[in-house]
Amino acid sequence: MPKAMLELDGLEVRYVSVPAVRNLTLDVQRGEIVGLIGPNGAGKSTTLHAIMGLVPACAGDICLAGRSIRGWKPEAVSRAGVALVPEGRRIFPHLTVDENLRLGLVGRRNRHGVEKDLAWIADLFPVVREFRARSGGSLSGGQQQQLAIARALVAGPEVLLLDEPSLGLAPTIVDVVFGALNQIRERGVTVLLVEQRAQRTVALADRTYVLANGEIRLTLTPADAGDTERIVAAYLST
Amino acid sequence: MTHVQALIDAVGLGSVYALIAVGIGLVFGVLRLVNFAYGQLIMIGAYMLVFTGGWPDAAGIAVCIVAVVFASLVMERVAFRPLRSSSPATMLVATFAISFLLQSIALLRYTYKNKPVGDTVGTLAQLNRAATIGSLHVRWISIVAIIVGVVALGGLALLLNRTDIGLQMRAAAADFRTARLLGVKADTVIAFAVAVSGLLAAAAAVILVVQSPQVTNTTGLDETIIVLVGVVVGGIDRLLSATLGGFAIGFATSFVGSELPTPDPNNLGAWPFSTSVYLPSVIFGIVILVLILRPAGLFARRGQGAAERV
Repeated sequence: MPKAMLELDGLEVRYVSVPAVRNLTLDVQRGEIVGLIGPNGAGKSTTLHAIMGLVPACAGDICLAGRSIRGWKPEAVSRAGVALVPEGRRIFPHLTVDENLRLGLVGRRNRHGVEKDLAWIADLFPVVREFRARSGGSLSGGQQQQLAIARALVAGPEVLLLDEPSLGLAPTIVDVVFGALNQIRERGVTVLLVEQRAQRTVALADRTYVLANGEIRLTLTPADAGDTERIVAAYLST
Repeated sequence: MTHVQALIDAVGLGSVYALIAVGIGLVFGVLRLVNFAYGQLIMIGAYMLVFTGGWPDAAGIAVCIVAVVFASLVMERVAFRPLRSSSPATMLVATFAISFLLQSIALLRYTYKNKPVGDTVGTLAQLNRAATIGSLHVRWISIVAIIVGVVALGGLALLLNRTDIGLQMRAAAADFRTARLLGVKADTVIAFAVAVSGLLAAAAAVILVVQSPQVTNTTGLDETIIVLVGVVVGGIDRLLSATLGGFAIGFATSFVGSELPTPDPNNLGAWPFSTSVYLPSVIFGIVILVLILRPAGLFARRGQGAAERV
């Protein structure tokens, strides 16, 4: 089997002495979308933060294409080809849409194909092109979410991490975001998606892990998407 | 015409204080650190001009710039970086410690005993002479200060708005964590901001030394305290408001100082002190009034909390 694009092996994260993620082992193969769902406080965001180096892992390993990135600084992880679309979008409100996108270029490893990528991203999210001169803060929540994903894609990442990208969005925008994720997968980008919308995530992702109390409880496949009872049971089995 | 002269001098001092304000504001933007030791960077620059007194002015200024930028980078590496994740109060106290340490070193080494009145700089001091334009007598240094202020602030605006490192600094000042997630190198951006602030301290040192050529261990101290007040009054959250605050307090200090009534030497009973005694009272009276009326800062955007700082 080829090396997984992203691999967590026995990952443990603690806040002071409280464990937030316990013995988490999962892998994401190149070009896959893997979902991570579970109730609030299950450790989903913490897992993404640990991958990015925002919180230290106290045990286990994090590997990117076979190379350990545990203990790296966030900027080093970003420059190695991992992009995070953070919860709450984290757009720079006083910078223009264009400037927000330019910041995405900071983490890009090679300048090859920037124009092509920008064109593809503008097709994926036309609002980004339309409002390029506006300040980020003047965009609606849904537009900001699209800008946040676009900004992450500008970096040309191998792995895209998304932290609840559909949170607080209108249903039509949720469709846009999930549609875009499909196209991002087709382009060969590996995706780890943390979400609250369990059913949609299970339907979209190649595999979805249900996390509760910092541990994986269940693995679901798109075939389970219609099985609401099973998903609900996974949430409540804590 | 004396009012116009006073006005030009006031704009000159305002320009110097604006430089200091930007230097303090830049570092505050990326580190959330009020660098109380900024005055001692100016002091180091002033001493460099003393040491190079016999050299050509350009060489002395170059040494001053290199030394101050180097000192500010050392300060960042040795003191600020280990404390980066500490509370703002810890960092502030640390900068006090650096400030007193550097003042004490200068006192022991250069001022104490042998030269109680301090050292004087060489030919640069001639810039303090007046130039006659029509019926106006304007000190050259005021004109130089205004030009340096405009050039330095204009250059900085271009740097922040037109370059990649400037964009990264603005992003880091607004939301450091997100900037790092996008690949912005924390150490690089901070070192760059600190180096630019050192450059501005060097520029301020040159102008201040020309205005008062006696260099002692407290050179730069009073100016920094006054500018810190100006920066808080203007609004430290944004670079522009901090700069305007620095300019305003420099302008006010100079203008109010020259417009306060002069004591009659034959009737000292009515004016027992020189006017400089009243100056801080008037300035700080205005400051208190501003803080009561506009606590977020004189130039802060209305109805806005945390804003872009750089």
